[in-house]
Amino acid sequence: MTSYALFLGCTIPARQPQYEVSARKALTRLGIGLVDLDNMTCCAPPPLQSIDTETSLAIAAHNICLAEEADLDIVTLCTGCFESLAMANNLLKENSKLKARVNKILSNAGKEFKGTKEVKHYLKVLMDDVGLERLKKNVVKDLSSLKVASFSGCHLLRPSALLKFDDPERPHIFDDLIEALGAKSIWYRNKLKCCGGLLRGYADDVALAIARDKIVNTTKAGADCIVTLCPFCFLTLDLGQMLIKSTYKEEYNIPVIHYAELLSLALGIDPKELALDFHKIRLDKVLNKIA
Amino acid sequence: MEHEKERKTSEAAFTDEIRSQLGGETVALCYQCGTCASSCPVARVTERYNPRDVIRLSLLGQKQEVLSSDAIWLCSSCYNCQERCPQKVEIADVIYALRNIAIKEGHIPNIYSEFAAGLMNEGRIVPISKFVEKKRPEYGLPPLRPAGLDALKKILTATGFDKIQWKKEGAQ
Repeated sequence: MTSYALFLGCTIPARQPQYEVSARKALTRLGIGLVDLDNMTCCAPPPLQSIDTETSLAIAAHNICLAEEADLDIVTLCTGCFESLAMANNLLKENSKLKARVNKILSNAGKEFKGTKEVKHYLKVLMDDVGLERLKKNVVKDLSSLKVASFSGCHLLRPSALLKFDDPERPHIFDDLIEALGAKSIWYRNKLKCCGGLLRGYADDVALAIARDKIVNTTKAGADCIVTLCPFCFLTLDLGQMLIKSTYKEEYNIPVIHYAELLSLALGIDPKELALDFHKIRLDKVLNKIA
Repeated sequence: MEHEKERKTSEAAFTDEIRSQLGGETVALCYQCGTCASSCPVARVTERYNPRDVIRLSLLGQKQEVLSSDAIWLCSSCYNCQERCPQKVEIADVIYALRNIAIKEGHIPNIYSEFAAGLMNEGRIVPISKFVEKKRPEYGLPPLRPAGLDALKKILTATGFDKIQWKKEGAQ
């Protein structure tokens, strides 16, 4: 069994236990070991990079140091955490000057970034350690009547030079993993465009206008649901539909579901075990199509 | 002539300042083609932000206008522009560099003071609600591990993050 240090981040334990529950259940069932380490902190995402990039790199590197000490690669659920940690990890591995600069900061906390570990998003773990064929064999439910609009979020893919996850303009890994569950991943307009989530709190009106585009485009394409990876995209699109209703007087009710939840359902895990009541938009339309 | 020289000096000074920031190194490569603006999800919905304009004003040395602007806070960090820039200007990273300079000069939007407070007090920028934390056993989730606040505080002191003049009223 391959084991990873599970990096939870802030938003998932704070607001979306259903993501954590489904990810833990599904990954464990597929033979992935998850280890919870003490002393992980915030990943240092874009809001902190905006304040001070150097501090952010040091915070990200500190989290990676904890995994290095435990001799484990890191797996993240949140794409924001993936971006922050993978970017720092790869940047520091590639740039020795920057590594020395960050290590000077880390020495105050008794740490040294060595660059011996990988930071992986859990989709990559599914691809590498389970594989599409084995994944298909583990699916016990029929999802073939489900049409999904996949939305990976920006930070699974970009900046591609540092994240090296998939082709930034023509990605396929996420869609392959959806289709391995038997569901149909459909095309929709501006599929790879941002959800606007990171502007929430600074310019809510702009963020909502961008989110609305995503909701309109996925609805027009006839999707039964939107499948997400990032807790921020989830919030922006799920809770966002409540805000769209009050601001634009438009009602869409398109369910938003994390891939880990869809995976859990496909593997036959009882929906009652998945804390699905944390969704603002009810999942009935999705659950009814899973036989 | 004198005026022209002064203008050139202020242009060069601000460009140098951006280039010396982490992320700002590539700013001067911009030739204003506008690929960034046409790839930008924010510029699609509002006139308040246009990445090409931010870069142009920066290269023209309009330091105060750029740093006190609403625009630099409207990038959604999606990196579309950076992927597509034919000159390999790391535009999203340049925006981070501009934000870093703006923060140092006291232009701090309220929400960023809140992020900083969350980080400094709890080690997380999104505070964990007691309600959800109490429910973890009910969902079969293990107890949440403590955040490494001691190490974090040492890092924030070493970089001077804890000395930034956070304020209640943000300059926008």
